[in-house]
Amino acid sequence: MYDVAVIGTGIIGTFIARELSKYQLKILMIDKENDIANGTTMANSAIIHAGYDAKADKNKGKFNAPGNKMYEKLCDELDVPFKKIGSLVIGFDEEDQNTIKELYKNGLENDVEGMEILNKEQVLEMEPNLNDTVTGALYAPSAGIISPFEMAIALAENAMDNGAELILNSEVTDIKKVDNGYMLEIGDRKVEAQYVINCAGVYADHINNMVASSSFEIKPRKGHYFILDKSVGSLVNHVIFQCPSDKGKGILVAPTVHGNILIGPDSEFIDDKENLGTTAERLDFIRTMALKTTTQIPYHTIIRSFTGLRATADIGDFIIEESKEAKGFINVGGIESPGLSAAPAIAEYVVNLLKEISGGMEENENFIATRKKFIRFNELTDEEKAEVIKEDPRYGRVICRCETVTEGEIVDSIHRNAGATTVKGVKKRTRSGMGRCQGGFCSPKVVEILARELGEEMININLDSLDSYILTGKTKENDLYKQ
Amino acid sequence: MTYDIAVIGGGPAGLAAAIEAKKNGVNNILVIERDRELGGILQQCIHNGFGLHVFKEELTGPEYAQKFIDELRKEGIEYKLDTMVLDISEEKEIKVVNTKDGFMSINAKAIVLAMGCRERTRGAISIPGQRPSGIFSAGTAQRYINMEGYMVGKRVLILGSGDIGLIMARRLTLEGAEVLAVAELLPFSGGLTRNIVQCLDDYNIPLLLSHTVVDVIGKDRLEGVTVAKVDNQFKPIPGTEIHYECDTLLLSVGLIPENELSESAGIEIDPVTKGPKVNEAMETAITGIFACGNVVHVHDLVDFVTEESRRAGKNAAKFVKNQLSNEGDIISTKAEDGIAYIVPQVIRLENIEEHLDLFMRVRTVYKDASLIIKADGEVIKRIKKRHLAPGEMEHIQIKRSDFNADKIALLTVEVEVKGGEDE
Repeated sequence: MYDVAVIGTGIIGTFIARELSKYQLKILMIDKENDIANGTTMANSAIIHAGYDAKADKNKGKFNAPGNKMYEKLCDELDVPFKKIGSLVIGFDEEDQNTIKELYKNGLENDVEGMEILNKEQVLEMEPNLNDTVTGALYAPSAGIISPFEMAIALAENAMDNGAELILNSEVTDIKKVDNGYMLEIGDRKVEAQYVINCAGVYADHINNMVASSSFEIKPRKGHYFILDKSVGSLVNHVIFQCPSDKGKGILVAPTVHGNILIGPDSEFIDDKENLGTTAERLDFIRTMALKTTTQIPYHTIIRSFTGLRATADIGDFIIEESKEAKGFINVGGIESPGLSAAPAIAEYVVNLLKEISGGMEENENFIATRKKFIRFNELTDEEKAEVIKEDPRYGRVICRCETVTEGEIVDSIHRNAGATTVKGVKKRTRSGMGRCQGGFCSPKVVEILARELGEEMININLDSLDSYILTGKTKENDLYKQ
Repeated sequence: MTYDIAVIGGGPAGLAAAIEAKKNGVNNILVIERDRELGGILQQCIHNGFGLHVFKEELTGPEYAQKFIDELRKEGIEYKLDTMVLDISEEKEIKVVNTKDGFMSINAKAIVLAMGCRERTRGAISIPGQRPSGIFSAGTAQRYINMEGYMVGKRVLILGSGDIGLIMARRLTLEGAEVLAVAELLPFSGGLTRNIVQCLDDYNIPLLLSHTVVDVIGKDRLEGVTVAKVDNQFKPIPGTEIHYECDTLLLSVGLIPENELSESAGIEIDPVTKGPKVNEAMETAITGIFACGNVVHVHDLVDFVTEESRRAGKNAAKFVKNQLSNEGDIISTKAEDGIAYIVPQVIRLENIEEHLDLFMRVRTVYKDASLIIKADGEVIKRIKKRHLAPGEMEHIQIKRSDFNADKIALLTVEVEVKGGEDE
């Protein structure tokens, strides 16, 4: 019997699990995917918003700015890359200028620090590559960029360091009310937990409906993105938003925390929660729309395009509450933008809510806030590089040449808590295969290392899900040679 | 650590350059190779057809490489395997790591860049659709099959008719897979004619010219690919879609010289070749740093890589011995009508002994055309060609004596069409 079962290991589930692990609780994290952070957390704009956008009377407005303020310390504790580079909402006409003023006012209400309204000259001085038809901007220095899935992985790892358990490839197929809690059916397995926290992303409605009548619906919105090569990473230095208008929210152009440029997203409601396919039309659309921000975008340096789903709830706000029909069952649903920014504040709120519901929780005196440092070879000085190789020669073998990822890092990523078991898992943790050759050279070597470290055959190593096999067998095993 | 010459890359280019430098009197040479053995990509090219020009016989890739590896060993040239160059500077300081020596800083009098090239990816050409497993670049699949001994799929569609794509169509067929078709965006193949015949025609594999992949289906493993015909703007034509059920998509959509290190040293890159601009000695814009092979421009035959790399190695040796003239008139080369690029980009007449070698690719397919070489606008040579294609590198030799004027600033090459552009 677990005290708390957290369904979903995206940024919300992992933040909550880690926050819960500060207390003496038996915690279980459950995900239907083969890895932490495979859904919305894997593919989004990776921005920690300042918090001027949403209204103060909405959960979105309430949790964003406080969440933003918590990130620096958290990223420091958990050794996750984070850069507070600031954001600009740029305008091109009078209507935009009015929007900028409104955003500024709303930001003040939400307690956003350091905002400034900039004129054309100030904007262009900060961002010389912007379209010179820009008329002004809202500058918010507290906005930052992060790697969302690395954050979620770090949180899960830290929660596990503090005693939480994790089961992957485990889809919750039913939940039944039992004495003193719930019984979760996970395929053939049954798991009991006193409290359940539903962080199932685009499936949060589905999970809710297992214990209560339908009180909300998640209608996912798909967004397309491009990633540009690191060689053009200095195209912009801040997160650049276009002014939202009645035509839409506009396309953003932003540096990523690893030095690439991210362009996107568009927005399109979809029915199939599993289809993450891109379409040529949508890619063309964001390509064209982003040119409004800057005409200097070197599209020939695109290294990848992808889509992400936002878990949009029909009520238009975050749902963070105990189910009215199911005691001890907390829904954390509809966490679309600024969900990543709000996540740490949401987690704190949810844990306090659980404290109230449960009538108090004992603190975990052995809680460790930090996790073991992850050696990122590429970021070390020459002396540090020499030192780590001396200690572990595997750091002297570069596996991913584009991102300079060593065998030492890959082995480490496999053997940690919540470690990698797939090629994509290694990629998320080490960046191996994230570069301009997109794994062309390193993937066979990563497969080999995974097989070796996990004691598996190479043919059993998957790209991602259990059915995403890479190799189909050994050569010389076909009919041609059997004759 | 100090060497006279450091060669970065132990593939065919690096090996030929190192051997040639040694033969030209430089002894203190180091070859740095990032993979576990010498030979580079040749080690995974187990098909034959290598060496017809250099050795007058048909060898496999590993056989071709072995001849150079043996010679390198015979010459006693030092090499480091499983060793990665992290950075090179303009001052020719090279930062290197491996598991045995750890972090090293190497100084060289001359550097030869021979890092080869990499494959363009799905991302680079923004192929839409889902992101299942089963999508490989052709070279990655080749490594799995030929070096690791694993198969990558059973029913395969190949996008791109470059040589690797064509070779892999045959290779997969021989390993028992079914290759459904090779789709090619352009109205002509990017591969050598002999490969189209020997790898597709011989196995009845259809080549769909002016076609591309417009959708990729499958959440976990690839389930299918939709291919459509494209118009002359390369836009897919609605209604022409063909769906293929397959578990594997191979991409052979172009090679790009790997010049991250060159750029870190501040070497000027030609925007067309994506390789360093070089002179007749294969020297880059930084004195004493030479480049050869696919890192300069993508070659279709390894024999040409060898010839070019020997030139680089010889000149690097001359440089170390202070025998390479830094002087002389500088001629720029310029690709005119129908020509995509020319290597070398600059020429110092002083260093031309008997003849000048120009390498280039045409932009499209031509029949019965001529290559016109002009010095400062004046025709100095005209070469008739029955067939010109972007997949086949053109090589022009100009005798030193053909340069009749004393001073020339610009050498141009253009295609003169007589028979008209071929479809």
